[in-house]
Amino acid sequence: MRSLFASAAELAGPMLLVIVVGLLSTTASAANEIYFLNALVAVAIVVAIYVFVGVSGVLSFGQISFVAVGAFASGLMTVPVESKKGVLTTVFPLLRDHTVGNVPSLLLAAALGGVFAFVVGLPLMRLSGLAAGIATFAVLEITHNVLREWTKIGPGATTLALVPETTGALQATLGALAAIVVAFVYQRSRRGRLLRASREDPAAARGVGVSIHRERLVAFTVSGALAGFAGGLYVHLIGSITTEQVYLELTFLTLAMLVVGGVTSLWGAVVGALAVSGLDSFLSQAESGVHVGFTLNLPQGTRLVFLSAIMALVLILRPSGLTGGRELRLRLPRRAARS
Amino acid sequence: MTVIGSIGWQTLSDALGQGAIYALMAVGIGLVFGVLRLVNFAYGQLIMAGAYTLAYTSGWPVAGSVVTCFAVVIALSLAMDRLVFRPLRSASPATMLVTTFAVSFLLQAVALIIDLRDNTLGEIAVSVAPLNQAISIGGVDVRKVTLVSVAVAAGTLIVLALLLTRTTIGLHTRAAATDFTTARLLGVRANRVIAFAVIVSGVLAAAVAVLLTVQNPFVQPSFALEDTIIVLVGVVVGGIDRLWTATLGGFAIGFASVLVNAALPTDKTVYLPSVIYALVILVLLLRPAGLFAWGRRAAMERV
Repeated sequence: MRSLFASAAELAGPMLLVIVVGLLSTTASAANEIYFLNALVAVAIVVAIYVFVGVSGVLSFGQISFVAVGAFASGLMTVPVESKKGVLTTVFPLLRDHTVGNVPSLLLAAALGGVFAFVVGLPLMRLSGLAAGIATFAVLEITHNVLREWTKIGPGATTLALVPETTGALQATLGALAAIVVAFVYQRSRRGRLLRASREDPAAARGVGVSIHRERLVAFTVSGALAGFAGGLYVHLIGSITTEQVYLELTFLTLAMLVVGGVTSLWGAVVGALAVSGLDSFLSQAESGVHVGFTLNLPQGTRLVFLSAIMALVLILRPSGLTGGRELRLRLPRRAARS
Repeated sequence: MTVIGSIGWQTLSDALGQGAIYALMAVGIGLVFGVLRLVNFAYGQLIMAGAYTLAYTSGWPVAGSVVTCFAVVIALSLAMDRLVFRPLRSASPATMLVTTFAVSFLLQAVALIIDLRDNTLGEIAVSVAPLNQAISIGGVDVRKVTLVSVAVAAGTLIVLALLLTRTTIGLHTRAAATDFTTARLLGVRANRVIAFAVIVSGVLAAAVAVLLTVQNPFVQPSFALEDTIIVLVGVVVGGIDRLWTATLGGFAIGFASVLVNAALPTDKTVYLPSVIYALVILVLLLRPAGLFAWGRRAAMERV
């Protein structure tokens, strides 16, 4: 009974947090709404990264490639055909002459992200440690390079514009919730548990017959599908996309969110994404003056200084993240026996 | 025939120059990794700080400008160790790496604010620019900086090799890089060894700052960022566990990217990153412990 209760809390905590942010976004002014919706999309991306990096313990810099593929696919396929014929003259006719709706485009993004991750992961998941980190980074570089230069599959280095802005409060909230539920189901499944066992002790896991390569590939694929889906949410939030928006900066920022929250828990991924996005929004508000009892007015351009300084400080003071990498528990355990 | 020959030599000389600079950066990153097990993503911002110092002291005599650059970079390197690396010594590799991301962004943001005081982005470092002139050697235009880069890299590596093999602090550093805990038990003083590595890596960053500003005098907050990323990749591809494999990795990726760029047809050079990174993936799959890590198999730890 207790364990059922505890696992309900593990899922309900992150979901409630997301719903609260979603509800808050509807009360915010039109100008501020974007901050909340950005935070929700960040949750979806960070949860996607968590499914691989957090559960497997292998660092990947490549998950934003799947976000990029999802964003461009979903964006390109929802731009109305008439507009595409005018601006995207170089793309394959198949892509130019067809348009799909909002929900199919998100599913398409998820499917493409998953397939791409599976294909890439097939060889790469044999690697561990820094080699895995660098190899996945290479995937990011190649994806970025091809998306930027190959104008038959997209707008190339120019902006993909005129994407319908369908990610409002409802879609952002439901999207983030969907990502959380998928991640939760995966990490509680047999596959997820096997992979977590291999994270804690690869030799012992292999000893009891866990195929680390296969389990990592499963996680990488699920993570890729979620990342593609999150990319779809993202492009429909901002209505346009360039290859630079889904590249290095987003990679570092989302990884930082995950580590600040606590790499090894879903709760950490959600808390980290919301905390860092919240801080970022607060600081950009503060650059033009914000009231917190007194008027806080930061000089222009100092947002990034404070954001990175605070992130560094959090990591120095709490190296295992805000949540300590643990799932949400309603009561604190009496013995701090778990190490 | 002569045309093909001269293009070949030209490319080779450029590739050597690039490889030499990347090798220096690789040593700086590899040294710190050796003693701290920390991948310092913010290494490029040490170089960037040095480049800004050169730009802001452009009016000074060259020697004064270069000395100031070294002083600033070494001080910043020590400060980074004291404020960031030291509190993180027992943290997980992911935490250390992401913290250096944050430090990197912090330094870039600070540089941007300083840079934008005059309302234009970027500063020009002119004092060392004459090194960029070319001299002709047997029909090949070799920029002076290429010769200087290769000479500095070779000289530095020899001095460093002597330091590491012939002095007590060098011996201690190598011991710490092999097994930090055991080295400490045997009386190696951790903080001294780390300070040594951090100072040497700062000296190297300053030298690279001078060489890079010669080639590209336009200094921006993102100065050396891309180079650092490529060198980090090269270091891992070469084999980060040992200093000399890391150095070779840095050299190799610099050398290879110039050669591949020359070998690609002109209309395909935009795909240079894809080709390089595809090679990176291939090498990592074939030799995950490092391209130059001969005779050592990455054995899985037994329980």
